[in-house]
Parts: sequence; C-alpha cells; structure tokens
Amino acid sequence: MADSEREPTVIADNAHVVYRIYGSAAAGSQTPLASFKRIITGKKSAAVREVHAVKGVSFVAYKGEAIGLIGTNGSGKSTLLRAIAGLLPVERGGGIFAAGQPSLLGVNAALMNDLSGERNVELGCLAMGMTPAEVKQQTADIIEFSGINERGDFSSLPMKTYSSGMSARLRFSIAAAKKHDVLLIDEALATGDAKFRKRSEQRVRDLRQEAGTVFLVSHSEQSIRDTCERTIWLESGVIRADGATDDVMKEYETYVNK
Amino acid sequence: MAQTAVADSDTGPSLTELARRHGLTKAGRLPSLPEYTRHLWSYRHFIAAFANAKVSASLGSTKLGVVWQLLTPLINAGVYYVIFGVLINTKQNVDNFIAYLCAGVFVFGFTQTVVQAGSQSITANMALIRALHFPRASLPIAVTLVEVRNMIASMIVLIAIVLLTGEPINAQWLLLIPALLLQSFFNAGLALFVSRLISKVTDIRQLIPYILRIWMYGSAVLYPVTFFSQRLHGWELALVESNPMLIFIELVRHALMENVELAQPAPLLWLQAVVWTVLVTVGGYVYFWRGEKGYGRG
Repeated sequence: MADSEREPTVIADNAHVVYRIYGSAAAGSQTPLASFKRIITGKKSAAVREVHAVKGVSFVAYKGEAIGLIGTNGSGKSTLLRAIAGLLPVERGGGIFAAGQPSLLGVNAALMNDLSGERNVELGCLAMGMTPAEVKQQTADIIEFSGINERGDFSSLPMKTYSSGMSARLRFSIAAAKKHDVLLIDEALATGDAKFRKRSEQRVRDLRQEAGTVFLVSHSEQSIRDTCERTIWLESGVIRADGATDDVMKEYETYVNK
Repeated sequence: MAQTAVADSDTGPSLTELARRHGLTKAGRLPSLPEYTRHLWSYRHFIAAFANAKVSASLGSTKLGVVWQLLTPLINAGVYYVIFGVLINTKQNVDNFIAYLCAGVFVFGFTQTVVQAGSQSITANMALIRALHFPRASLPIAVTLVEVRNMIASMIVLIAIVLLTGEPINAQWLLLIPALLLQSFFNAGLALFVSRLISKVTDIRQLIPYILRIWMYGSAVLYPVTFFSQRLHGWELALVESNPMLIFIELVRHALMENVELAQPAPLLWLQAVVWTVLVTVGGYVYFWRGEKGYGRG
C-alpha cells in the first residue's frame, strides 16, 4: 500500500471490543445461594456476561473509499461500526483512529414512539448536532424524502402508528440528512420497498461523494457490489479477508454455501 | 486474493504511528473538561427539545394533559395533609402547618423525582446512546429540566396554598427564586452523579427508594424542624442539620412564611446551601464526564 499517496481516514490497530450484558445469567446461577457464593469468593457475577465481539482487527481505510463489511450473523460487523463511531469503547489493543467524527447511520437509531414524525425529525437532527435553523430548513426535505406523507398526513401522527417500514424509512431519512466525514451505514439500505431502496442507494452514493469514506454493512450482496470497491470479511470477530469486492465476495460465497 | 492477512503484515505501533502522523483522533477519546463543556453547550437545543419531548410523551396519553402538572402536586399535598396533619398530628406548635407541610413536600419532591428519573436517564436511553453521538450529559440534564418544569407548576400551587392560609405577600418572597435556582443546580449535579453510578452498578437502583425515604425523614418534611433539636444533641444534631435537603426546605419556608422557627439563622443556611450546590454540581459533572466514553457499553 502506498501510504504516502493516499490519506487514511480510519485506522484500526489490533482493536478488541467487548460487550457486557447484564441480567442474562444462565438458569441456576441466580439463586440466593449462588449469589452469596459469588460475593464470598469475589468472582464476577454470572449475571454479567462478556461477549468478545471484535478480536484484534486491523485495517486502514483511505479517503474516497467505500468499504463493504460482510460476514454471517453475529460476526461482529455492527459492533465494529459502533466502535469506529466511538459509541462502544475499544477494550484492548492499539485502538481505532478516525478523521473527524464518524457518523453511524443505522436503522436502529431510537426515536420516541409517542411523538409525531415531525418532532422526531427535529429531535434526531438536533441530536446529530444541527442548529435549530438548519433543522427548520431541512425538516420538510427529510419528510419528503422519507415519503411517509405519500398516503396522507402521517408526519403529524405519533410514530407508534407507523408501519415498521415507514418508521425505518423516516429514521434513514433523518440520518442521511447530514454531511459526514466518515459515514458508517448499518443495514440501512435494506429498509422500505423497492422504490425507497433505489432512492436510498442513490442517497448513499451522493453522501459518499461528500464524505471521505463510507463503510457499509449489508447482507445484500448486490448493494455491496454496487457501492463498494473494497470489502472486509469479518467472521467471529476476526478479519478473514480484506481486498477487492469481487475477490472477497467469491471467497465468502464458497464459505457460506459450504 | 488481495490482502488476506493485513493484520499480520503491518500490525503493532506502525498503524498507531500512521494514525498520529495523519492527525487522526482516537475513537472513544475522552475530551478535556472545557472541550466537553463547550460541546455540551452547543447541544443546548437538543437538551431543550429532548426535555420537551419527554413531557409531551408522558402527558400525551392522558386526557387532562398539562393539567396533571398542577393536579399531581395538589393530590400529593392532600394525601400528606390527611395523614400527617389530621390523622397523626405532628404539627406541634407550627401556626400554619398546611403551608409548612406543602413547602416540605414540594421541595423534597423536586429532588426526589430528579433522582428517580436521573437514575434511569442512561440505562433507559441505551438505544439512543448507541446510535447517535451527542454529549451524554444531555440526558440527565434534560431530565432535570423536565422536573424544573414540574417544580414551577408545584410552586404555583404552593403559593396559592400559602396565600389561602393567610400569609402576607412581602419582599422576602423574592428569596424563593435564588433558593430554587440553587436547588435546581444541586439537582442537576445529583442527576449526573446517580446516572453514572447506576449505569455502572445497576444494583443500586433497587436501593434508591429506601435511600430517598430515609432522606425524606431526615429532612423535616412531615414534621417541624424543631423535632430534631428536641431529641438530638451535639454532633448528631449538627449532622442532621447539615442535610442539604433540610436546608433547601428551610430556605423556602423562610421565604414564603412568617413566624417560622428555623434550625439555624438564615444567613448560615444560605451559606451552606451555596456550598452544597457548588460541591454537588461540580462534583457530579466531573464524575459524569470522566465516564463519558463508557456509557455505550451497557
């Protein structure tokens, strides 16, 4: 790799990410006696389970690259994105470095279900760090892009009345409204109907032109092939392959179809 | 196949070195305290919008809506009056016990609800924290703002009660404003403190109701403050009377009511209130800031 020519935007140096999950103890370890024993012996509570989701991942991403992340379910793709965004701390290793503040664009972004779509747009935009003036300016565009008003005035209704597709579309539209240095996209392209999918893929291509680097997690091979020239294959938290999308995809397919 | 073993070919300090050379910042790096404060200030609109959203979300499903903000303190005061003013007569020699009791109940209730809501402000918003990047202190501060709003409603009720029970309006009433302002900052510090503590040690949430109850009994909410000086002496009395909640309640009673017997002279109460506020606000904020990068972990 010619480091001197290209400008790195995201560098992961042997990064480990560990999740802690509370209240998921196996049956039998929650009895008073077992708890008492833990207190006496000073052992870590069995109610806290650690999941070592990313195990020593290293890579360098450069400006202008779109990188696909693939891997079977639970391979640590989403966790890795969250760690790049700084939302989950890196446990061990050299850490993850990034230019500016990477933004995670996911369909899981929580909004308030009791509030109207419009107020959720406002809240989401403010949470991404927009000023109230920018929010006012963009609200109409965001609702327009999400298309939730195609069947009547849904934007003034509480989000709990939306279908799951509608709320996913609204979330995507909110997240995609901002310009980002490093953009991390988690499965966001799989939401909505075919028409919306086409529109959102176009939006991602636009964002990529403005953004330095785009990471895309997806189970849709087509959307990775369409948007990314480089792909990283993650399996059980370890990088299995990192290279041109076609090569990595071929290898991944043989692995999955085994 | 292209570069399967990137991890092996250039690991170690060289990657970290490369990152440093290009001026990349470490993900999950703790910002300095002034930097964090500036960042938090730039999110003030989000904090306000989040607080408003929480109010609308919680009242949105009720028919009476905002009226509940006034009804809740009224009912609260009514219940305590029936039990402690009528059934168990704890009023001793206080002239205007209804107003005395309500001042205690409302002022303590302000801190109580902030602590309760603050204790959940991180754990209940985990999805939001894991999805978006904003200074986490926004959440406990927004929770405090919601309760400041409720407190203003309950103060309107309190002033009505005080007037109806025959207290005269005078310039001393203006002292209500600094007293509640100090308490609001004190509460914000407390909310920041408990939200981090409980996100780390979830078990403490089970203890919060008991801690709050003991705190209430120790704050002369339900009986006159002279109750303590009659029974306790020396360091025990000093300990009880240095309780910040007791001090805030005394200040509000002092501001609104004539002929109230205070535990200590008013200037001394003010001094202690300021010291407590600075201590808890700054301490809670710094404590919360130090944990900033760990809240997404769960």
